[in-house]
This record gives sequence, structure tokens and C-alpha cells, in this order.
Amino acid sequence: MKVKAIQILMATSSTQPAFSDEAALIARARTGDAAAFTQLVNRYERKIYRLARHITQNDEDAEDVLQDAFLKAYQHLGEFQEQSKFYTWLVRIAVNESLMRLRKRKPGRFVSLDETVDTGEETVAREIAVWDDNPEQRYSREEMRQILMQAVDSLSPIFRTVFILRDVDELSTEETAKALNISIPAVKSRLLRARLELRDRLTRFFKRKADDVFAYM
Amino acid sequence: MSLLTCDRFLQELSDYLDEDVREDLRRELEKHIAECPNCWVMVDTTKKTLKIYKELEPEPLPEDLKQRLMTALQSKMGSGTAS
Repeated sequence: MKVKAIQILMATSSTQPAFSDEAALIARARTGDAAAFTQLVNRYERKIYRLARHITQNDEDAEDVLQDAFLKAYQHLGEFQEQSKFYTWLVRIAVNESLMRLRKRKPGRFVSLDETVDTGEETVAREIAVWDDNPEQRYSREEMRQILMQAVDSLSPIFRTVFILRDVDELSTEETAKALNISIPAVKSRLLRARLELRDRLTRFFKRKADDVFAYM
Repeated sequence: MSLLTCDRFLQELSDYLDEDVREDLRRELEKHIAECPNCWVMVDTTKKTLKIYKELEPEPLPEDLKQRLMTALQSKMGSGTAS
């Protein structure tokens, strides 16, 4: 019976026509409609797993975060405020779960996303080299994914989380601030730092072959 | 000639790319880009960085991971704890 129920849940996949009205899905899920909640899960599971994986940098923790974030979302659907975006609310739950696991894994080292950080742009030497017009064409899809993911993972959690939400998930500055419970100026300064650091890290992969002359700002 | 320094330009780079700067500042930044080859490269390569990441689709969940997620959800939803 249990296996059958799971098969039904999995069959409600994202390949089926999605409900255009997310509010209707949420309303149905609140009444205990498992299929409606599963549609919400199918819609966001990849992004939540990717976010959790980037924050925790650990497959096992990311899986726990994925499960717990959706379980908590289901349990607390009644507290979800209709005027905010469901995904932003879900991200907030997932970020908190991820940080909890990071703290467990690194006891004695308090991990927080709302601490003040010195973004220190003016002290960083930057490599200036022109990139290929379509740098991604130089690598296979899998190579590109590896290069991009490793570059993001090399940033500290405080920067990579903002980058993923703003530039990969394409949340607005305001939504990112809300999801992470930090100020808008904090989102902006961290995003700038993350973008510049990633650009630096990717330059060695994407710079034009003949452009081996370096200049530093 | 642009009065902006490269350091000041870099501080504004993110907001410039997000089109979140005042019109007069935008004109100043663009003047600087036109005159400073290094800052032109910074804009071009940062734009390309963002484009590449935006095109990156999240990978599908591995089948076994998806199965475990659904098992966990099914047991919770079966107990009717949504509030």
C-alpha cells in the first residue's frame, strides 16, 4: 500500500501541466491534499536541494535539509502569509535548516548569515583579461557544470548563498533580503563581492587564449 | 573625461548591471567604461559570468534521493499534520 502511495506521489511529476495559480495549490495543500503539495515539491525540489548543497557542501546534510524543509513547510502551511511568495518562504526554511546543520558539523564555529562582513573590494588585486565571446563553448556541459559549481563552492557561505538566490534562482534583492533575514545593503554588498570573486575564479578557464597579458587594478 | 576612479566604478558595478542606478550616475559609469579598458573588461566578463550561471539548470534529483523524499513526505502527509 505504502509503495503504491509513493508511486502516486511520484507520478504527479513536473512533466504534468503545472497549476498556473500557486495560491490555489497552497489552498488545496492546506486542506490535506497530498497531490497539491506534491506539485509544489516537484516545482521547487531541485532548487532547494541545490541551495542546501551549496550552503552545507555535504550531500547527506543537503538531503536532510531537503526533506526537513518540505516537511516543515507542510506542517506550517497555515502560517504562510499569502502576500509573500511561497518559494521565498520555503527558501527561508531551507536556509535555517542548512545553517543548523553547518553549526552541528562545525561546533564552536558559529555560522550566521547576518553578521557584518568586510567586503573589502578596494584591497583585492583583480586579473584583467578578455574572455571568449562564448566561453561556455570551450567545455562540455558536464565540465562547465563542474567548473561553475566548484567556483561557487569556493566562496564563503555568506557570499555563495546570496549569489545563488539572486543570480541563479533570480530572486529580487528584496526577496533575498527577506529570505535571509538581512538588510538590502547587506545583500547588495555581498552580491558584489560574490560576483567579482566568481569572475576572478572563472577568468583562468574562459580568458581568450591569446590574451595572456595580465593587468591588475 | 570621467571623474570616477576605478575603485568607485567597481563599487557601483553590481547595481549598474542590475540597472539599479540613478540616470546621472549611469551616464557617469558609461563614460568611465568608454574611457577605461580595464573597467570595460570587468563589465564584459562579469556580465558573462552572470549569463553563464543564469543558464545553469538545476540537475534533476537522483532517483533514490527523490524516492526517499517522497517516502518521508508520504508518511507525514498520511498522518494529516498540515495546519
